[in-house]
Amino acid sequence: MKLTLKIWRQAGPEAKGKMVTYPLDGVDGDMSFLEMMDILNEELVNKGEEPVEFDHDCREGICGSCNMMINGQPHGPQKLTTTCQLHMRKFNDGDTITIEPWRAAAFPVIKDLIVDRSSFDRIQQAGAYVSVNTSGNTQDANSIPVEKEKADEAFHSATCIGCGACVAACKNASAMLFTSAKVSQYALLPQGEVEATKRVQDMVRQMDIEGFGNCTNTGACMIECPKGIKLENIARMNREYLKAETVS
Amino acid sequence: MSVLDSKVPQGPLAEKWVKHKNTINLVNPANKRNIDVIVVGTGLAGGSAAATLAELGYNVKTFCYNDSPRRAHSIAAQGGINAAKNYQGDGDSNFRLFYDTIKGGDYRSREANVHRLAEVSSNIIDQCVAQGVPFAREYGGLLDNRSFGGVLVSRTFYAAGQTGQQLLLGAYSALNRQINRGKVTPFNRHEMLDLVKVDGKARGIIARNLVTGEIERHGAHAVVIASGGYGNVFFLSTNAMGSNVMAAWRTHRRGAYFANPCYTQIHPTCIPVSGEHQSKLTLMSESLRNDGRIWVPKNLEDAKAIREGKLRGVDLKEEDRDYYLERRYPAFGNLVPRDVASRAAKERCDAGYGVNKTGNAVYLDFEASFLRYGKVEALTSGNKDASEAEMIALGKKVIEKKYGNLFDMYRNITDENPYEVPMKIFPAVHYTMGGLWVDYNLQTTVPGCFAAGEANFSDHGANRLGASALMQGLADGYFVLPYTIGDYLANEIRTGEISTETPEFEQAEKDTRARIEKLMNGAGTHSVDYYHKKLGLIMWNKCGMSRNATDLQAAMDEIAELRADFWKNVKVPGSADTKNQELEKAGRVADFLELGELFAKDALTRNESCGGHFREEYQTAEGEALRDDENFAFVSAWEYNENPRDAKLHKEDLVFENVELKTRSYK
Repeated sequence: MKLTLKIWRQAGPEAKGKMVTYPLDGVDGDMSFLEMMDILNEELVNKGEEPVEFDHDCREGICGSCNMMINGQPHGPQKLTTTCQLHMRKFNDGDTITIEPWRAAAFPVIKDLIVDRSSFDRIQQAGAYVSVNTSGNTQDANSIPVEKEKADEAFHSATCIGCGACVAACKNASAMLFTSAKVSQYALLPQGEVEATKRVQDMVRQMDIEGFGNCTNTGACMIECPKGIKLENIARMNREYLKAETVS
Repeated sequence: MSVLDSKVPQGPLAEKWVKHKNTINLVNPANKRNIDVIVVGTGLAGGSAAATLAELGYNVKTFCYNDSPRRAHSIAAQGGINAAKNYQGDGDSNFRLFYDTIKGGDYRSREANVHRLAEVSSNIIDQCVAQGVPFAREYGGLLDNRSFGGVLVSRTFYAAGQTGQQLLLGAYSALNRQINRGKVTPFNRHEMLDLVKVDGKARGIIARNLVTGEIERHGAHAVVIASGGYGNVFFLSTNAMGSNVMAAWRTHRRGAYFANPCYTQIHPTCIPVSGEHQSKLTLMSESLRNDGRIWVPKNLEDAKAIREGKLRGVDLKEEDRDYYLERRYPAFGNLVPRDVASRAAKERCDAGYGVNKTGNAVYLDFEASFLRYGKVEALTSGNKDASEAEMIALGKKVIEKKYGNLFDMYRNITDENPYEVPMKIFPAVHYTMGGLWVDYNLQTTVPGCFAAGEANFSDHGANRLGASALMQGLADGYFVLPYTIGDYLANEIRTGEISTETPEFEQAEKDTRARIEKLMNGAGTHSVDYYHKKLGLIMWNKCGMSRNATDLQAAMDEIAELRADFWKNVKVPGSADTKNQELEKAGRVADFLELGELFAKDALTRNESCGGHFREEYQTAEGEALRDDENFAFVSAWEYNENPRDAKLHKEDLVFENVELKTRSYK
């Protein structure tokens, strides 16, 4: 199929960016979206031009590197799918596709479609862990039984890949879904109880410092999340936070 | 006498590790605060090692090319992690895990290392659960297990089809805790470009900031390489796009021996190649072989009709199907080790029984398990006379719970629904058992430079069993390296801070800059990918699932020629002073072009078949791998030469005191 691509090009963090149009031929339905981008880049390199920079790595939908705003939707039109797992059979011959980076004050552009998501790391560093040393003297794993339903729910919250689609989808650029998924994982497990109060306070504080917006319950984050992280996580984090503030 | 000293402690096998830990040197807590360690790579091995070293009190710097440590490719591991917990009471023990691993590796690994791995395996599960890793559980609230290939017990712990992700996020959380305390400084979007040695010891690295293009010097008292495997030398593999050999190869160039480069794992269950545009291959977890049955048509005409689209596999009658693994290996059936399953698939496809357009695919079929699980589900939910259709529907739900994410991924990529038609699969490059040679302390032949996880060669011999990579990565990082490194660092307490303003750092930086300049100034005929794809084809066709002397010799020549052409004609646009993905790729492919030749040389030198290394000249009448224990029970450790074909071979003899060397049989 033949496509017209409109892609955000920006030489560096301080440079002024703009949309650039590229026609592309020879795209096959079995290609992934990123393989389509590979073809464009190969063409650009062969012409001696700089290829479009984008983050990607595993191409299996699990590392959370890829992040493209495709026709105004994070990761494109297919539900529960990362950009790398989106295939060109979802598009038609003659389509025009616009491709932009995530837009959020807390995710500054580095180059072209690459943004700086280190703010996500700093939220996790603030408290997303259980303080247990790797001494090898921990208790036997089966001495901490966990109700299957709760374990499954904690697992589901833990499947967040940290791609940032939730922030990109939100009109407030809020990171509540991301932060709450991690808070929920620990809140649902007995291992997380001891540090629950401090954890939620520290992580929420860091989220605010990073400049993410507030949550106004539009639910766009859940709709666009490639892993289907649920809004209940946000409700749970709000409860945990209220509880923590009341206690302290 | 070999120059290689494995430093395996004396004494009975089961006591070596404990005794070693009790007798090696320790560094006191106050001194640890004055010692710096660099960890390159933040996957399971690097992430866990960095967290633990910082916990112990060392100052740690981590380096990864991704934007966050959480994205290392350990995250893509699907099936599970082994541990000899014996929670199922099915006769598991440390010795059995040790024995299975030695046998699975076709008797080409070091006994003492493998036994240590089995000993610490249980600790890993305890540690991860304490950290809040959400493993799969049974209704009673206890941990669930599944089976993997090459073993007869259920010792694999898992978190749906995302075990690697959950374990890596566990290690990442431990790392974050230390970053928050200021004990670890993360250098993300950085790539190690050289190892710096001072007076023969590793004293730091040269790294490139991938965002700004700056070349940086980093000093430390020890350097840990945990940068993963080199499967991407084949271009197409299940590795991440960025996975590369650079850190390990730069270390090799500075004097660390590279061991068994030809030991590569070709994983039997991957989604087949669909076209020339393909950029990577996707694994379908080995855990699927617990419930899926592998088959091809019994008759060549049926296979042909399926390839031409005139017949559907799902319509083929039971008696017209050849469940070739169950037929050839009745004892292990669909759960034979990976190398055996891969070769069997290739054998059937080469004989003309392949079931997709290209003829390079076999079926992985879940029909039988839909019914089996559905029946139990119907009975336990009170439906005592469910129809077959009802049972199949219930069974599909059970399978969805176990492998839902894998089935979705398959459907997304192939546009076929695996709940309705059998999956099509084919072997693909997945893991490399070879890597930097290390002694029992995980130290390379460069003092002060250590290697952990897939980057070293130590535990899997010539073939790795499923669910053992995660085990080894975390064993090395949490429980082995942080202690063995102390034996070396105990002698460094008087060294003081490592200055980077020395002639050695100066020279290394100069070399690095010259190399980048050379890459930027190629004649500009072909893109980096052009060379990478060519190299991949040579590797796959001549150094892949089966090898012979003629092809290997040809591969060496072709790779040397390609490398010369690359350095003359590669085209890297843009500048070296900004983010430049083509430059990043060029540096990595340049190293693959050296490694590839050494790989072929290693395969050519090893005149036997063992595990994943199958030489056509050395096979039994039934087509099984034929080992030569008399002449090849050794580790090949190569000393660097700029012409890889002239690399010097050093041998570490493998001594087996606790297992009898047998012909591996899964029949």
